[in-house]
Amino acid sequence: MFEKAFVGGKRYWGLVLFWSVFVVIGFLFYLWQLKVGLKLTGMSRDVSWGFYIANFTFLVGVAAGGVMVALPCYLHNYKKFARITVLGEFLAVAAVIMCLSFILVDLGRPMRVLNVLLHPTPHSVMFWDMVVLNVYLIINILIGWKALDCERNEIAPPKWVKFLAYFSIVWAPCIHIVTAFLYSGLPGREFWLTPLMAPKFLAGAFATGPAYLILFCLIIRKYTKFDPGKEAIQTLAKIVAYCTIITFCFFLFEVFTAVYSNIPGHLNHLKYLFFGLEGHAKLVPWMWAFFFSLFIAIVLLVIPSLRRDEGVLAIACLLVIFGCWIDKGLGLICGGFIPNAFDKVTEYWPTFPEFMISLGVWALGFLILTILYKVALSVKEQIGE
Amino acid sequence: MGMDRRRFIKIAGVSIMGLSLKPAVDLVDKLDASEVRVLHNPKALKGKRWAMIVDTRKCAQCKRCTAIEACHHFHNVPQIPDPKREIKWIWEDSFEHAFPELATRGEEQLSENIKKRPFILMCNHCEHPPCVRVCPTQATFQREDGIVMMDMHRCIGCRFCMAACPYGSRSFNWMDPRPYIKKENPEYPTRTKGVVEKCDFCAERIDQGLLPICVEACKSKALIFGDLGDPNSEVNRILKEHFTLRRKAELGTGPQVYYII
Repeated sequence: MFEKAFVGGKRYWGLVLFWSVFVVIGFLFYLWQLKVGLKLTGMSRDVSWGFYIANFTFLVGVAAGGVMVALPCYLHNYKKFARITVLGEFLAVAAVIMCLSFILVDLGRPMRVLNVLLHPTPHSVMFWDMVVLNVYLIINILIGWKALDCERNEIAPPKWVKFLAYFSIVWAPCIHIVTAFLYSGLPGREFWLTPLMAPKFLAGAFATGPAYLILFCLIIRKYTKFDPGKEAIQTLAKIVAYCTIITFCFFLFEVFTAVYSNIPGHLNHLKYLFFGLEGHAKLVPWMWAFFFSLFIAIVLLVIPSLRRDEGVLAIACLLVIFGCWIDKGLGLICGGFIPNAFDKVTEYWPTFPEFMISLGVWALGFLILTILYKVALSVKEQIGE
Repeated sequence: MGMDRRRFIKIAGVSIMGLSLKPAVDLVDKLDASEVRVLHNPKALKGKRWAMIVDTRKCAQCKRCTAIEACHHFHNVPQIPDPKREIKWIWEDSFEHAFPELATRGEEQLSENIKKRPFILMCNHCEHPPCVRVCPTQATFQREDGIVMMDMHRCIGCRFCMAACPYGSRSFNWMDPRPYIKKENPEYPTRTKGVVEKCDFCAERIDQGLLPICVEACKSKALIFGDLGDPNSEVNRILKEHFTLRRKAELGTGPQVYYII
């Protein structure tokens, strides 16, 4: 079946070339970082995680969000999604590979990464995060590939595929819960020390994952002979609408606790993010961009006539993705580290090489996604769906 | 079912791969052999729970901290001018930064005397260290006597420990530290880029029967090191006689550095 990745039109090869260029550029910058160390990034003693971990956290959400097509399909027998479950699975594969790559580029000594396996440490959440992400990657490759293969041969998928599919529905939230636990169990980081972290991560994940899928479905319908179906897209849109509202509410709940309790340890992080602290306000425009993009997205998604317009829907999905990316990325990471353990403010901003390496990882993910989607769509076109 | 050529080659291939593992397995077996013995220095200081007391009244008298200089020289801590990239094992800060939850922004009630005083900060060698809890490779670990150590050869540089430490005690080597070491001390290893490091209570000196270098180098005898597990120790006696503070004790980490105010 993989041979379908090697035959394609100009548009397909153009896209492959486009991503590959960024992968190569990013890799060259990474070689530079390997040589001189992480001083190439904007991270510091005070803000010791940055753009890489921010993108990692966001992408775990995208990976987990893919389950929002599998769940209605397998658990509620929602047939409209049966045609597009493979899109969700392959999106998860690409997103998890990006996650793992972001972790790798963030390591000070990446050559030693296998120490995590050599000295397994169950009391470390990072160990479990590695376990859940890798298992999730493997089951999604297996399910996606085998189910597609069966579809091509027009036979029913074997029983183990269905079993694995159920398994992955349970596993998907786990990857994001464990990722939230990376942050929410650390004493002395008040911004992260909240049980709301995991639910907020999940709500954001179930908004961004389907938002990506809607955009991909719209693109696929425009450029291929496969039609994911109008109703499937509209159902996804409702899922995005609900989950975006929940995400936004969770954010407001956090603001309430911090503002009403007036405890400086809680409040100062939010103050820094939205108004600046001691004259440092680098993230202020970004955080307000997050606030308004989610707000506008909710308005566009809640009003049925707007949601049904696919042009408006696409804009709403872009806003959801952009807003959640700021909130779960830079906002979460910088907000946690600023002010620091000494109540001092050291700001952070990614450097150009750091940005290019991140772009390279994104391009790698989209390259994999392009190839996987090409295979899937060729199969679907061939059987004439 | 008969065996075709394809199947035969498959099985043969897997078998050969298996055989190639044997030398590696043998090597691991050898390493496990009981030949490995650890020799303990008979002079080593023995303790159940090492702790440090900082007498900040005495620190107030000093202009220059010889303890910091001695530690950073002894441990080959690089002198990096950029505060974003700096490495520090022991350093000075003000009361409001050392105890931000006691002196929240903008409060003026502190006595002038305490405001001016330097506070010597270092790793707290917590009883329940969050850094050890989060480390995915056990590169940072706790010895039986409570000292929190770093294995700089195992550290993968994920910096989870830096996020977990509530005291900002950990530094990461953002670059090769060696060009920033003015005079290298051959008795202590230098580090490479990409690993985390911090104060280790001079575990290697304790094991030779010596006190931590900062305690030895402090001119005003403001640093007192001893075993809290020994009821008759000097540190226990001092703690009974003085009111002391610990940094962020409310977090339950059980910091083992005490400050006499």
